[in-house]
Amino acid sequence: MAITAKNLDKNEYFYGHKACAGCGGSLAVRAALKVLGEKSAAVLPAGCMSAVGFNFPQLCFGNNAIISMFAGTASMLTGVEAGLRRRGIKDFHAVGFAGDGGTADIGIQALSGAIDRGDDIIYICYDNEAYMNTGIQKSGLTPFGARTTTTPAGKNIRGNIRPKKNMFEIAAAHDIPYAATATIGYINDFMEKVDKASRIKGTKYIHVIAPCPTGWGIPVDATVEAAREIVDCGLWYLAEYENGEFKINRDPGEFTDPAEYLKKQGRFKHLTDEDVDVIIKSRDKKWEKIRREWK
Amino acid sequence: MKRFLSGDEAFAEGIRLACPDVISAYPITPQTVVVERLSEMVEDGSLDSEFIHVESEHSALSCAIGASAAGVRTFTATSSQGLLYMAEGLPYAAGGRFPVVMMNANRATALPWNIYGDQRDSLALLDTGWIQEYAADAQEALDMAVMSYYIAEHRDVSTPFMVNLDGFVLTHTYENVDIPDRERVREFLPPYETENCFDFEHPKNIGFSAGPETNFIFKYKEHRAFERAIHVIKEAERRFGELFGRKYTGLAEEYLTEDADYVIITLGTAAGLCRTIADELRREGVKAGVLRIRYMRPFPNEEIARALKNAKAAAVLEKDISFGNAGTVYVNVAAALQWAGVSTPLYDFVGGLGGKDITHADIRNIYESMGKGAPRVTFMGIGVE
Ligand SMILES: Cc1ncc(C[n+]2csc(CCOP(=O)(O)OP(=O)(O)O)c2C)c(N)n1
Ligand code: SF4
Ligand SMILES: [Mg+2]
Repeated sequence: MAITAKNLDKNEYFYGHKACAGCGGSLAVRAALKVLGEKSAAVLPAGCMSAVGFNFPQLCFGNNAIISMFAGTASMLTGVEAGLRRRGIKDFHAVGFAGDGGTADIGIQALSGAIDRGDDIIYICYDNEAYMNTGIQKSGLTPFGARTTTTPAGKNIRGNIRPKKNMFEIAAAHDIPYAATATIGYINDFMEKVDKASRIKGTKYIHVIAPCPTGWGIPVDATVEAAREIVDCGLWYLAEYENGEFKINRDPGEFTDPAEYLKKQGRFKHLTDEDVDVIIKSRDKKWEKIRREWK
Repeated sequence: MKRFLSGDEAFAEGIRLACPDVISAYPITPQTVVVERLSEMVEDGSLDSEFIHVESEHSALSCAIGASAAGVRTFTATSSQGLLYMAEGLPYAAGGRFPVVMMNANRATALPWNIYGDQRDSLALLDTGWIQEYAADAQEALDMAVMSYYIAEHRDVSTPFMVNLDGFVLTHTYENVDIPDRERVREFLPPYETENCFDFEHPKNIGFSAGPETNFIFKYKEHRAFERAIHVIKEAERRFGELFGRKYTGLAEEYLTEDADYVIITLGTAAGLCRTIADELRREGVKAGVLRIRYMRPFPNEEIARALKNAKAAAVLEKDISFGNAGTVYVNVAAALQWAGVSTPLYDFVGGLGGKDITHADIRNIYESMGKGAPRVTFMGIGVE
C-alpha cells in the first residue's frame, strides 16, 4: 500500500528539536520515523541531527534513540540490533541517521563492516553535502565546485575540486540486500523506500539528499524545491539496488538546466560557465552509463 | 574442576561462565587467544553469545555500547594499539554508565613497535572513567572475569570495567586453575537487569548532550559511583568467597606490610617476585613488605597510607612512565600519602618497559636503594646515559 498523507502515522517522533528553519535533514528523520513507527531504535552520530535533538533535558525523539560516536553509527546499530534481539524483542527497527561526513568519511569503515556482516539494520545517510554541524566544511560528499569554509572560492581555487564520492554504489558493491537513493524533494519516494527497506532482512542503505539552507545559501523555504531540482536537472538520481541489480526509478528524459539549480545557491555563486560545463559533462557521462546499464 | 590454562584461556573460561549476550572483539597479540577460545565456545554451543566480527576496536567498543544500551550483558577484549584505537569509546561507555566488561592484555605501545608486556596502554587511559583491575595470576583472571560483571552491573555502580592481564607473563603462562561450577556462578551473578536501556513501553533517549549547567552533575555522579564501587567490590568478594572458597582482598593486597620498614608497591604479576624477595630479605633480618595494587580505579588510598605509615621508605615498581614526570602509579601513590599526611620517603622505579625482564637482582636493588635514598625516578638497569 502506497504511503499517503491519509495513512501516514500521525505521531511525531522527532519533535521540538533545534534545527534551523527549513532544515532538510530534520525532515528526512521525521518522515522516516513516521514510516518506521514507535518500534524503532534510532542511532545518530555526532552531526546536526544529534546536536539539535538531544539537548538534555530537551530530548526530542518519541522513540528509543541514542547518540553514537561520530564514526560509530553502523557499529552501534549492530550492537543495538543484536542486544534487542537477544532480549527476545521482535519486529523492531534498528535505524541509523548519519550525515554525509559521518557516512562517507569517518564512518565508512564501520558501515562497510556492518554490510559485510549482513547485520539487520537500516542505515540512512542524510546528505547535506558538507560537515554542517561544525560550520560547513568539505566532506567526501561535497559536490564539485561547492564553496565551504575549508574549500573557499578564491582566485586560485574555486571551491571544492573533487566530485562526490559514490556512496550508493560503494554500498551496492558489498552486494547489500537493498540500497537506494532518494531526496526529500520527492518525499513519497523516500518514504516508500524506507518502508521497503523495513521489510527486507539484512543491511539496508538509503542515501537521501537533504538540503541545508544554512550551508547551501538558499532561503529557508527553498529546501524542498532545491531537493527536487537536483533530481530534475540530473545532478542526483532516484535509484535502487536489489537482488544484485541496479534500477533507475525516474528518468526525467529532458533535464532542466543545472545552471539554474546551481546559481540559486550561495555556495555555487562563484562558478563560471566553464565550471558549469564541467558539471554538465560529468552528469551526462553518468547518465549515459545509467541508461545503458541500469534497468 | 582443575585445568591447566594460560591467563588468556582462563579469562575465556570466566567469560563462558558469565555468559555475556554480545561479544564484539578484534584480534591483537597478546589478547588473541581469548577471542579464539570464545569463538570456539560459541561454535560448539557451550557459550550462548552473539559473537560479532567487528572490523576494528573502535567498532568493537561502539558495538558493545550499543548492545548495552539495548539492555544486555556485553564483553570486549583488546590490548595496546587496540585499546588506544578504541579510546574515544572509553569515556563514552563510562559517561553513558554502560557496564561493559573488557579484558585488556597489557602491552607496550608503538613506537617503537613491541608486542611485549608493559602497562603504559591502560595507565594512559586511567582517567576515562573505567574501573581498572590488574590480575596477578590466571586464577585471579578467571575469577575477575566473573566478579567484574557483578561489580560493573551493580545498580550502585553501573560503570564499565577493565580487567588487565600482563601481556605474555600472564596471558601466555600456564597454571593450574580451578573452574567454578556453572550453577553456582549463576547463583553468584544474576542476569543483567537495568533501566539504563531502550524500552519499547517507555521509549528513552539515552547517550545525549548535556550543557554546562548539567554536565557537571553527570560527571559528579560518575565519580560518586566509584566511591560506591568500593563497597560493592567488598560485597562481591565476600559472596564470591562464600560460594567458591577463594578470598580476595579488595583494592589492594598486602604482604608482610604490618611491621615492614621497606615496602614495594606494584601492579599485576610483578608482585609475585617481590614477595619471594621480601621473604628472602626477612630471613636476612630486613623487614621487607609488598603492597600489590589490585585496583587502580577506584584507588586504594587508605590501604596505601595505612601500609606505608610506619615504613622507613617505600618504592613504586611500575611498567610505566609519564614522560616529563614520574610513572602514573607513583603519582597516585604519592597523592595517597600526601592526603593522609604520611611522610614516608617514596621512590619510583620504572622497569619492564617493552617486556624487559624484571630480575631478582632488580628487586633486591630496589629494597636496598630505598634504604639509602635513590633518585626520585630510576629507570632500572638502563645501562645508557
Ligand atoms: C571523532 C570526531 N571527530 C570530529 C568531530 C566533530 N564533528 C562533529 S559533527 C561533525 C560534522 C558532521 O557532518 P555530517 O556527518 O555531514 O553531519 P551534519 O552535521 O552535516 O548533519 C564533526 C566534524 C566529532 N564529534 N568526533
Ligand atoms: S545547519 Fe543545516 S543541517 Fe544543520 S540544522 Fe541547520 S539546516 Fe539542518
Ligand atoms: Mg553533512
